[in-house]
Amino acid sequence: MSRIINLRDALGEALDEEMARDEKVFLMGEEVAEYNGAYKVSKGLLDKYGEKRVIDTPIAELGFAGIGVGAAMNGLRPIVEFMTWNFAVLAFDQIVNNAAKTLSQSAGQFNCPIVFRGPSGAAGQLAQQHSQTFESWLANCPGLKVISCIEPADAKGLLKSAIRDDDPICLMESEQLYGYKGDVPEGDILVPIGKARVRREGTDVTIVSFNKMILVAEKAADELAKEGISAEVIDLRTIRPLDHETLVKSVQKTNRMVVVDESWPFAGVSAEIAYEIQKYAFDYLDAPVTRINSADTSLPYAQVFVDEYLPNPERVIKAVKEVTYMNS
Amino acid sequence: MAEIVAKSKKISSKGKTKAVDKATYLDWYEVMLRIRRFEEKSLMAYSKQLIRGFLHVYIGQEAIAAGLKSALTKEDKIVTAYRQHGIGLMRGLSSDSCMAELFGKATGCVKGKGGSMHFFSKEHNYFGGNGIVGAQIPIGTGMALAEKYRETKNLCVTMFGDGAARQGALYESFNMAMTWKLPVLYICENNKYAMGTSVERTSNVQEIYKVGSAFEMPSEPVDGMSPEKVHEAISRAAEHIRSGKGPYFLEINTYRYRGHSVSDPAKYRTKDELNDYKELDPIEVTRKTILDKKFATEKEMEAIDARIEAEIEAAYKFAEESDYPMSSELYEDNYVQKDYPYIMD
Repeated sequence: MSRIINLRDALGEALDEEMARDEKVFLMGEEVAEYNGAYKVSKGLLDKYGEKRVIDTPIAELGFAGIGVGAAMNGLRPIVEFMTWNFAVLAFDQIVNNAAKTLSQSAGQFNCPIVFRGPSGAAGQLAQQHSQTFESWLANCPGLKVISCIEPADAKGLLKSAIRDDDPICLMESEQLYGYKGDVPEGDILVPIGKARVRREGTDVTIVSFNKMILVAEKAADELAKEGISAEVIDLRTIRPLDHETLVKSVQKTNRMVVVDESWPFAGVSAEIAYEIQKYAFDYLDAPVTRINSADTSLPYAQVFVDEYLPNPERVIKAVKEVTYMNS
Repeated sequence: MAEIVAKSKKISSKGKTKAVDKATYLDWYEVMLRIRRFEEKSLMAYSKQLIRGFLHVYIGQEAIAAGLKSALTKEDKIVTAYRQHGIGLMRGLSSDSCMAELFGKATGCVKGKGGSMHFFSKEHNYFGGNGIVGAQIPIGTGMALAEKYRETKNLCVTMFGDGAARQGALYESFNMAMTWKLPVLYICENNKYAMGTSVERTSNVQEIYKVGSAFEMPSEPVDGMSPEKVHEAISRAAEHIRSGKGPYFLEINTYRYRGHSVSDPAKYRTKDELNDYKELDPIEVTRKTILDKKFATEKEMEAIDARIEAEIEAAYKFAEESDYPMSSELYEDNYVQKDYPYIMD
């Protein structure tokens, strides 16, 4: 049995089910308890599990991220919610220098089973400091696993897998898509970390994307279908480790790839994918791997800038036509 | 000299030192001497390039390790910064495994992966030396949260230096620890210098224990050249914490005889200042106390000295003769997941 629920509730179900399953799992962050979550992901959890396991923190990202790391090293399974990943920059010392390094420094004696989660990416006219993506920053760091997805069923299954995982995990959601609906099976679904999903099969070009840019990729694929171009759409779901195999296999079939990535272009996820494909599918490529990113700038406030900055279906269609040599 | 002794007496005035038994005195002497000899030997090994990287020694601060050892239970958790050999040894890590770690050998306490800054031992509830100044303050606070969560009687000792006392992480942690009444004992080892910057130059507030008052946290200064005073203060703080009243903050005033690290000539302080503190040397003073109290004879003390000396010599030999780790170990202990697909090209 399944039902249609939104991303917010799918994530909330994952939290609820894992807290019910394992006494060691607890949630902490700003506004997660009494306010029921800044975006209502944790709605109802305080009433159900009490203040011992659903902990409102002061605004102190470095401090509460570190408290999560210490609790994880000492046997608990914390979920640390950041109101947005933009604020988690204050906590990077704890994520990068500590959560990611503890296992290596202690030669395997102390692991850090923690989930850091929250929304990532532009979310309307929020200006420079509230519009960034962090997948590339965090995926650069060995020791971490990075998940970024918006499909409700995948998000639920991946969050549940993340909570059970023994390594530290950063999970990126989307502020604009907490209301995005999808079919979610009832009960205990687990989605494996590190596996991409082919959302739509196609034969002419592979469009790879993740998080809310998946919807941009799909819209482009719809339009391209009308013109007789069959696009395969792959949702990475996990950024680190990258599902190399699914990407290579797809390019072996389509011979073309366009990456749609909301991150900035320089040294980002799209750059890594382009490298992987030229290295492992060079002989299959009929065109250079092309990418559509956010602009290589900060994102200012006015709507005209937002429109200019973000990837959109038109840019994706144009890129697909370039790699299929259909631009005339 | 007189000024420093007077200051140290003034600091230690709170509460009267309870009588400490013979076994404790002898244990203090032994642990302090072990740390001192271990580090002297490590400095020698460093000069022969057998140890590389950073080497921050604890020499001069050993009384803190001694007082901690007698005042804590084995179940209590402890985390500290990168000047940490003494704390690891105090906690029960063997001289062999610690020296081998400094040599970067596979037989080291973390298999040659941590070096001087990062000893760890789950068996000894030692959560390590942290190399980022102040990063262990929220971590220790979280370790304490876990103890409270499990409703144990354990406390978590979170140690840091005077330099870390100026990090924002401390203020965030103190605030949450007091708000949630976590069982954490914060210890600032004030050795007067954050690398080369004196305490006076880092803040308007020079008596660091006063920082606790902003959070209404019980806080006090302690004479860190005396294991008795350290033991007494930690015991009192531990009783407060174990009774469920929440955190406690001790500023333990101490002095490092050597530079910040081996490459530091310590030109920012005078020889007189150093020599004055050496007059208070906790190992010398404890030795004299043991003899004065007739807890041991000179001959018995010499036997302890010889035993420690031999232990450190053996550790050096063990470290020198041990194998380096296999280079393939590079891909171990980054993830718990055994089949993690590393990028290898």
